[in-house]
Amino acid sequence: MSGPAAPPSVAPVPAVPTNALVEYLLRLGDDRLVLGHRVSEWCGHGPILEEDIALSNVSLDLLGQATMLLRLAGDAEGRGRNEDALAYFREVVEFRNCQLVELPKGDFAFTIARQFLFDVYAVVMLDALTGSIHGELAAIAAKSLKEAKYHVRHSGEWMLRLGDGTDESHRRVQKAIDDLWRFTGELFAPDDVDRAMQAAGIGPDLAALRPTWESLVRDVVSRATLTIPNDLPRVASTRGGRTGSHTEYLGHMLAEMQIIARSHPGATW
Amino acid sequence: MTQTRTVPADDPTKSAAFEARIAAGESIEPKDWMPEKYRRQLVRMMSQHAHSEIVGMLPEANWITRAPSLRRKISLIAKVQDEAGHGLYIYCGTETLGVDRSELIQQLLDGTAKYSSIFNYPTLSWADMGVIGWFVDGAAIVNQTVLAKASYGPYARAMIRVCKEENFHKRQGYEIVATLANGTPAQRAMVQDAVNRWWWPSLMMFGPSDTDSPNTAELIRWKVKRKTNDELRQRFVNLTVPQATAVNLTLPDPDMTYNAESENWEFGAIDWEEFHQVIRGNGPCNRERLDARRLAHDEGAWVRAAAAAYAARQRTASEAA
Repeated sequence: MSGPAAPPSVAPVPAVPTNALVEYLLRLGDDRLVLGHRVSEWCGHGPILEEDIALSNVSLDLLGQATMLLRLAGDAEGRGRNEDALAYFREVVEFRNCQLVELPKGDFAFTIARQFLFDVYAVVMLDALTGSIHGELAAIAAKSLKEAKYHVRHSGEWMLRLGDGTDESHRRVQKAIDDLWRFTGELFAPDDVDRAMQAAGIGPDLAALRPTWESLVRDVVSRATLTIPNDLPRVASTRGGRTGSHTEYLGHMLAEMQIIARSHPGATW
Repeated sequence: MTQTRTVPADDPTKSAAFEARIAAGESIEPKDWMPEKYRRQLVRMMSQHAHSEIVGMLPEANWITRAPSLRRKISLIAKVQDEAGHGLYIYCGTETLGVDRSELIQQLLDGTAKYSSIFNYPTLSWADMGVIGWFVDGAAIVNQTVLAKASYGPYARAMIRVCKEENFHKRQGYEIVATLANGTPAQRAMVQDAVNRWWWPSLMMFGPSDTDSPNTAELIRWKVKRKTNDELRQRFVNLTVPQATAVNLTLPDPDMTYNAESENWEFGAIDWEEFHQVIRGNGPCNRERLDARRLAHDEGAWVRAAAAAYAARQRTASEAA
């Protein structure tokens, strides 16, 4: 039922179905693992050297967060799986990240627009999670929030530069927003897991976060002289990535990510 | 390369004063007078160094997406990021000599500038990430520890900072190697294979033999270089042989013998034909490396143009306000 006995100074992990807590932590961890991986694909190939460095930083932060969250998920699960077992030995349908983060990195405009949409989501979500009664999760959220605030400054500034830069950059970043918008619905569509976490005081009311997210996003998008497309954010009938229903892209990403670890099961690296 | 052009004659009085400063072990700073040839040699060396950092990101970045654990993935990204930082830092150092970074990058993309020959070899297994850290960063440290005492202040200071990070990379690489060497039979085979492939190219990193190094004498006199290529190569070999023994790996040199009198590990003949072929552009990955840099540069052109246009617009707006 609950996780391992907490030290006295930390609020006890509330009694919620273990599965729901594990699912919830996997969602948070997988978002960051998959996006961190995608961003790392830029390393050595950025448009300017300064961006190689900046995007590497973002990737490092996300992978660091993923490590902590997946470790916590493994502990909560209690089946002896650590962060690497979860990252390297799960199948596509077992991943719980949103679809937004698994899309190929695309051009720099696509990478920045996706990063911006995610970064604002991360700031809103992590800010709420700092109030979680789950002490370890709240601590991870507090540390991650500082990083996410830096990330959103980076991606937000690039949204302005690209949106209000040249005709070509405007066209590219507008296309990216148009292509990405439909993947944002999934971010704020609560299901039983989210409701269980909210009821237990572990997670926020997901749907209630959307207006804050959207107003922050719209502010930057309009200052960047860009527009939000009219089509409604898609909420997949199957719930999307949060329940393991992914795009075809994730399998290819995982095939590459997991190849060495899976070729040598039981090996230490 | 710049050094093939004719160099204007320097004022003899100033030259004499400069040589005296060098002889006295003084540090030369950007605003100080310096012979044109000294400046050009430094631009050549520093820009080659910066290019090597940038091109050197590619063989390691090749394994970021396949790193076998989260900890290794994070360390590898951080290492490649450090290399970008070193490149940036050394390009800035080169700019103190009156050349623009964009000019230097253009020379790299045109194929007229050189970079370390080692990065024209392919990374074929995860073990390469360990062996590169151990050998390539190890060799770089041997070179750069000496360059940290170079007479040109900005270069020497850059080397002090770079060396600290390279030391960390080397330890990280050797730790990967040791883990694999103590791992499964497949991991052991993987790391021995990587050692076999990287050993000789790593020895070539120190450049041509002293008998075939046109720039060395002058660079030593000006205290830009403090040791010859062969001296540094020998130091690297002496450091590395016991490290290989410690993890039960064999260096692929049947002629390697210890000379108790000189206290040197004497190594077999280097294939200089291979070295010159790689320098001339005929190594296994020369084309791929330059193509990757050109692709990133070309695909980034619209991004750089957007940033410049936005910055110009912001300036106009703030002037109007």
